[in-house]
Amino acid sequence: MLYPNVEELRARYLGIMEEPSFVKEYDDLLRNYVGRPTPLYLARRLSSRFNTRIYLKREDLCHTGAHKINNTIGQILLARRLGKKRIIAETGAGQHGVATATVCALEGLECIVYMGAVDIARQAPNVARMKMLGAKVIPALSGSQTLKDATNEAIRDWINNPSDTHYIIGSVVGPHPYPDMVARFQSVISREIKAQLKEETGKELPARVVACVGGGSNAAGAFYHFLDEPSVQLVAVEAAGEGIASGRSAATTQLGKAGVLHGSKSLVMQTADGQVIEPHSISAGLDYPGIGPLHAHLFASGRGRFLSATDQEALNAAFELARLEGIIPALESAHALAALKQLSFREEEVTVICLSGRGDKDMDTYMKQMESHS
Amino acid sequence: MNKIEDLFKKRSGDILNIYFTAGYPELASTTGILTALQNYGADLIEIGMPYSDPLADGPVIQASSMKALQNGMTIATLLEQLRSFKPQLKVPLVLMGYMNPVLQYGFERFCADASEAGVSGLIIPDLPWLEYETGYREIVKKYGLDFIFLVTPETTEDRVRKLDKLSSGFVYAVSSSSTTGTDKNMNKVATYLERLRSYQLKNPVLVGFGIKDKASFREACRYANGAIIGTAYIQALKQGPVEESTRKFLEGILN
Repeated sequence: MLYPNVEELRARYLGIMEEPSFVKEYDDLLRNYVGRPTPLYLARRLSSRFNTRIYLKREDLCHTGAHKINNTIGQILLARRLGKKRIIAETGAGQHGVATATVCALEGLECIVYMGAVDIARQAPNVARMKMLGAKVIPALSGSQTLKDATNEAIRDWINNPSDTHYIIGSVVGPHPYPDMVARFQSVISREIKAQLKEETGKELPARVVACVGGGSNAAGAFYHFLDEPSVQLVAVEAAGEGIASGRSAATTQLGKAGVLHGSKSLVMQTADGQVIEPHSISAGLDYPGIGPLHAHLFASGRGRFLSATDQEALNAAFELARLEGIIPALESAHALAALKQLSFREEEVTVICLSGRGDKDMDTYMKQMESHS
Repeated sequence: MNKIEDLFKKRSGDILNIYFTAGYPELASTTGILTALQNYGADLIEIGMPYSDPLADGPVIQASSMKALQNGMTIATLLEQLRSFKPQLKVPLVLMGYMNPVLQYGFERFCADASEAGVSGLIIPDLPWLEYETGYREIVKKYGLDFIFLVTPETTEDRVRKLDKLSSGFVYAVSSSSTTGTDKNMNKVATYLERLRSYQLKNPVLVGFGIKDKASFREACRYANGAIIGTAYIQALKQGPVEESTRKFLEGILN
């Protein structure tokens, strides 16, 4: 039923993305509006804690506070060239919703964001940001009322409004061409890492790149230009929630099996009867029962190393980064940091961690933990 | 002979296809609903296999799916119920569901068991035609099942013809590009159905989505071979015992 919507996009996205005027406009906005390139920061105290060299790719310094805007800028320019008047998006924690509302304001386009009713209640500041930016936030009242259901509602909206509406999917999931298109828009992360490492260390290849994975957009962007560099280890960190075996987890590669969700075939957390399981993570951005097909492939082929971090490990890592480096990371990114303890390092080698977002939106959760970390 | 083909041979117009969600309102409602539907005039019955993420369905059918899953409905349970009902089955049955549960059950095993349980056709809205044609069509045909594709007003003529070619039994014309249960302006629908009719497809056309009462059913039948009613029937089932509410509902449409 989505065929005409997806077909138009499939036929035109690569052509549009290659147009010189598109490239110019996209690059210009990334530089002057988003604030790219984002710094690649040698985290000295964190490095000495692990007796190695750890660089943080500072996506948290992007406008709106996370890497999500790299993709929404690209898609809004694409939507304008497709002649779309109305933009829809799904959001979990609200980061992608805010990034979408932001670019819609920038382009003067109508913006509708679907968000699970449960998430609306627990992410009030981001809901307010979206509204202030002029977006309409519609609660998803079906199912478990979280990200998965918000995505269902957005897809239903798109089925109902096939001609004038563009759907900005926030991760490397959904029907083709989304996984590829979103990965391309996020690939600016690894392009910059390569250039910055070259300048900083003389070598453009690190020993490894570490990123958290829910659907997997920041990981796809951070891995992209290293996919064909076998010397670079790609480490994807999933949310174990309360523990892989706890029944409250979001570690899709550990708990999922092959299935179809939101228009792509990938790994999906599901019951034996094929009903999609509601995942759990303290981080709303990783709270998704699927994983992008690129990552399912990295997992199956062994190209990627998949680790997981629990809610508590992520919280600890967030407090540790705050105290060691003066950076408060998003809970999602804290999962990537938490995985450092599961890795072994040589002193001279370089590890890059994609610090995908900042922790402002998670202060409520952090404040509840303050006592045990003071 | 295939039961659906047989039905359209006997009567080419005013075909009434009623949809219900398996496992709703109760896990064991299936038999009672099937009995009532065929006794009170449904020509064809479409059974929805409940799914946690029913993308092509509106709020009413979503809610019925969720209730059905809470009641414990599974593909295996439904097929078992259908097997035991088979001796009483008089009308063709079509199963509608989403790809993921079918894949977990095993696609071929599903086709084999459905066929054995008396099912005539399948509707899987999230199985794209290319995947169907290259990966699943052989299996569906092997078990003598019809496969029914959906077309919408956005579907181009080329693609309507392609989907018609790949479909058997009938083609499911979504009456607007919309998820089920949405009210739609019948004038626009008429233009679209006229266009479909002008293509002279090989399959009969049934109109789904947005048909809710006698007037909208009659209107749809002017342009197509019949219509499918789902949401309105699910709502009717809330009004009382299955047999009584089904009788009232079907009398309201047919008399």
